[in-house]
Amino acid sequence: MSETAELYQTIIMDRTKNPRHAGKPAKFNHEGHGDNPMCGDRIHVYVADDGTQVNHESRGCAIMIASAELMADAVAGLTFDEVVESRRAFEAMINSGTPNPVLGDLNALSGVSEYRSRIRCATLPWSALADALEGAK
Amino acid sequence: MSAALKTDSFDVAAIRNDFPILSQTVHGKKFVYLDSGASAQKPRAVIDAMVHVMEAQYANVHRGLHWMSERTSDAYEAVRDKTAKFLNAAGRDEIIFTRNATESINLIAYTYGRASLQPGDAIVVSEMEHHANIVPWQMLRDSHGVELRIVKITDAGEVDFASLEEKFADGKVKLLAVTHMSNVLGTYTPVERLAKFAHQRGAKILLDGCQAVVHRQVDVQAIDADFYVFSGHKLYGPTGIGVLYAKREILEAMPPFLGGGDMISSVTYERSSWAKPPYRFEAGTPAIIETIGLGAAIDYVEAIGFPAIAVHERALTDHALAVLSNIGGLHILGSAQDRGGVISFTMDDVHAHDIATLLDRQGIAVRAGHHCAEPLMGRLGVTSTARASFGVYTTMEDIDALAAGLLRVKQVFA
Repeated sequence: MSETAELYQTIIMDRTKNPRHAGKPAKFNHEGHGDNPMCGDRIHVYVADDGTQVNHESRGCAIMIASAELMADAVAGLTFDEVVESRRAFEAMINSGTPNPVLGDLNALSGVSEYRSRIRCATLPWSALADALEGAK
Repeated sequence: MSAALKTDSFDVAAIRNDFPILSQTVHGKKFVYLDSGASAQKPRAVIDAMVHVMEAQYANVHRGLHWMSERTSDAYEAVRDKTAKFLNAAGRDEIIFTRNATESINLIAYTYGRASLQPGDAIVVSEMEHHANIVPWQMLRDSHGVELRIVKITDAGEVDFASLEEKFADGKVKLLAVTHMSNVLGTYTPVERLAKFAHQRGAKILLDGCQAVVHRQVDVQAIDADFYVFSGHKLYGPTGIGVLYAKREILEAMPPFLGGGDMISSVTYERSSWAKPPYRFEAGTPAIIETIGLGAAIDYVEAIGFPAIAVHERALTDHALAVLSNIGGLHILGSAQDRGGVISFTMDDVHAHDIATLLDRQGIAVRAGHHCAEPLMGRLGVTSTARASFGVYTTMEDIDALAAGLLRVKQVFA
């Protein structure tokens, strides 16, 4: 399976099959939405203000769902400004394929850079989160 | 299970040698191209014909009084004759060159639609149309006040004639616009029956032949089609060239589409008068090189012959349906009686994009997504599918590679 190892790693497959942040929470302050009309993928994110806690309802591919999960891990407890900073770093990493130590587990998605058509899958949760934070301003 | 397909008249190995791109590797793997339904690869004969025009026989057409322009005009117009013969049109002036089938349908909507359809008239399309056979009619509906009706398909993926009766019941339908072969389900529609049905009720019929024309001999007179459209690039020809066939009397009554050079008989600042069809609908310098490429593509396909292509396609489709059905959790969409080399499928718990990416890593190219047929996706209850589509160069080994590739996809997602 070596030809797929660089993209569909264990961490990605594990988080796709066993999501920890899926579903609408009882309590949230902001919500945002992301759509990919190319493939019908969609994600709705819920954000709680007390430290940024993110949940998501997603319908889409493994890359999108894993990205949403790893994003929710990464932004937990961050301020909104720090979230914006993380998004910038994530998008730079996804476009270049160069892992960035500050991104931790998110670097598991660096292989997506080889697939121009799939970058949108990985960045869709972050667009939805930005949409939610836009509403928070 | 695999067997090289070889009949007296069809040598797939020899055909593959005609397509230079097929010897490429992708990600270090043998290139298995199963996306011909989106666009077909090009044989050497097409490539050479286009290069030859540019190297040895090129000038603008219909204009120059010089030798080179006359020769180029002859070569360009010869493709119109060839295309008329290819579709068995009654005359060469029934063939209009466009950019692609999408432009052909837009041309019909814009000219015939505005001049011959009245507000309150209805157009019927099916639930398995490509966006190109939906959106132009929506635009006409919104600008011109016609009604757009959708005829249902059965769960098997065939036109539902009971629904068709219903849509035509009030006598308002003036145009039935349907695919000749679904780009998602591979269903061939019963075009003779549909044409008869429409004509008996006072409607015209338009057939989207993009997929069908690649696999079957089309006879527009036997079908009694009023309009028939296709794109060159799915028929092993270049991009940028499409065809619109329409019956002569319909074309003669149609106003122009685009205005400019070549489409006029005379121009003054006060008014212009229009050239006769087909030139009325070909404003400006046409896609000369691409048209000549299309001519070479038609020659190429006819040299193989549709009877042989049909045998090949039948064998590939039967084999693919058999091996894909054996993969647990894989669901093939549609089960039409008359279906060809286009197969869409889904897999339990695996998104179509993940299927496509994992296959791509194994050198296998399939399409994934909604295939420009979002309403059909809704009808089928899916958001996207993966699709394998075949061409003259597709082999049994390609299909076996697809099946093996899908088993690996299953492993990754197990």
